Amino acid sequence: MAAPEPEAPTTAPSRAKDHSPWNWLLFIPIVVPLIPAFFNGDSPRIFGFPRYYWLQLAWILLGVATTTLVYQMTKKRGER
Amino acid sequence: MWRDHLTEIIVFSLLFLLVSAMGFVAARWRAPKDMAHLDEWGLGGRSFGGWITWFLVGGDLYTAYTFVAVPALMFGAGAAGFFAVPYTIVIYPMVFLVLVRLWSVSHRHGFVTPADFVRKRFDSPVLALLIAITGIVATMPYIALQLVGIEAVLKTMGVTGDNALARHLPIIIAFAILAAYTYQSGLRAPALIAFVKDSLIYIVILVAVIYLPYKLGGWGDIFAAADAKFDASPNPNDGILLNGNNQLQYVTLAFGSALALFLYPHSITGVLASRNRDVIKRNMSALPAYSLLLGLIALLGYMAIAAGVKPLPGAKEGTVDSNTVVPLLFDQQFPDWFAGVAYAAIGIGALVPAAIMSIAAANLFTRNIYKEYLKRDASPAQEANVSKITSLVVKVGAVACIVFLDPQFSIDLQLIGGVIILQTLPAVALGLYTRWFHRTGLIVGWVAGMGLGMWMLYQVASPTRKHFGGSAFPLSEFGFDTPKTIYVGIVAVLVNLAVAALVTLALRAGKVDEGVDGTTPDDYFADEGDPRVTPGAERDADSAREPVA
Repeated sequence: MAAPEPEAPTTAPSRAKDHSPWNWLLFIPIVVPLIPAFFNGDSPRIFGFPRYYWLQLAWILLGVATTTLVYQMTKKRGER
Repeated sequence: MWRDHLTEIIVFSLLFLLVSAMGFVAARWRAPKDMAHLDEWGLGGRSFGGWITWFLVGGDLYTAYTFVAVPALMFGAGAAGFFAVPYTIVIYPMVFLVLVRLWSVSHRHGFVTPADFVRKRFDSPVLALLIAITGIVATMPYIALQLVGIEAVLKTMGVTGDNALARHLPIIIAFAILAAYTYQSGLRAPALIAFVKDSLIYIVILVAVIYLPYKLGGWGDIFAAADAKFDASPNPNDGILLNGNNQLQYVTLAFGSALALFLYPHSITGVLASRNRDVIKRNMSALPAYSLLLGLIALLGYMAIAAGVKPLPGAKEGTVDSNTVVPLLFDQQFPDWFAGVAYAAIGIGALVPAAIMSIAAANLFTRNIYKEYLKRDASPAQEANVSKITSLVVKVGAVACIVFLDPQFSIDLQLIGGVIILQTLPAVALGLYTRWFHRTGLIVGWVAGMGLGMWMLYQVASPTRKHFGGSAFPLSEFGFDTPKTIYVGIVAVLVNLAVAALVTLALRAGKVDEGVDGTTPDDYFADEGDPRVTPGAERDADSAREPVA
């Protein structure tokens, strides 16, 4: 194995592997659950749960849906 | 009296013995040709697939203490305790983006710890040492807290004694067994036990959230009981919703805790043990199942209110141990044998994270202190050996914390731990994206963030104590005319970043040597089967390259 060259030039195709615009979607499940105005209220209630509780639990689905979408869209095709 | 809880104790002990046996057998599970290597003992051969990673990381992040303390917080303060839910939602997209890069660069260079990465990236053994010490100091009280989780269960079962030694004997035995099988099997032990632990927890919680509301009159009645309790209490900041004053604290605590959690060495150990990038990314969609579980567990705190649970007395006269509310709820509402299963779930739940944390702390010591400063030419077998012994020392230290010191001390330390581990964010997390910061700037920023964080924590008072009363810092202390509070860690890490940036600019203007970056841009998305990593080359890589760097 050759010693790595610190100043190795970055090639465009290899950068593309990690820099998909789909990744920006991941900011949605980071930002949305941190806005109390959405969830800090009592009504409407679902199964007796105030909105505060059911909506914050529902953000879990938002997180799962987003990471799943981004994974599917950015996974390398043809290699496996 | 313990005799009233005999069935619970028997079920608890049987399940505990079962997982102990599994811990020893784990050494032979997916056995490598040569266990005497830190990659094998400390990272399970970096070979774990999707399911194992799910159980391992899930069992690692959602600790017994979480399962006991979060509902206790809901029981005491209401809505503010629910921060655990957004906290464990926002962490996964961040891991998806950031830790995958750490996995790749570690895979290619054979890094075992985050400090290994910092050493190579910023060419600074001093910065790496600071990162390693921060990690060890933050992790130790976290291990001790797992014992607090077990103790809450033992106390509820009436297993107490007249003196300190008798009272702590069961925990000492439990940790001795844990230490023995972690020593022998390394990361494979918690990985195997996690299957049992998580299955038990899922069963217990599913039963609890279906059966208990049915017994207690439905969710509407449970929330009504909680509301009535908080209305009657004198504290202005409790309630089943947030008020204008604690929203900022809620959001910054959730976000700061998420940042801290993925910087903890034990989380990184779990992630680095996975086989490839896809395993990690897929798990970021699957791990939130645990967040749902945690949300439901949090609500056990309200169920305890509705069921009229009165927490057991604490260590000091006149205090209550609110960590006992969930075990008491189970004791009161479930048949004895099922309460025993639930207690075992909590007790075993303490073992998995305690094992992984001690391995992570041991790896930090071995790689970044022993190998860096004590024995530079240590062979992989010697590294593995030092790590095994260090993991024993770490556990003895954790037990000593609980036996000889007030458990409250560990809780305070863990609060501090979250704040100090956040101070590694600029070097570790941002370092994965940019090398813009100067190594000395990062060191000065770390010092500033640590100093400010400590001072702020010291200033926080609570109704029962003058200092270290929590992590909600009143903004009025900074001269703002407001009753709002903010999470200490966020302020400290922002100051850390600002200082690091300013010092970087100054040093760059003065043309101070920045060292050489030992990584290349394409290291950050290397994957399994990368042509530059073969198992043999990976192991020799460090020793071969060291003279050059």
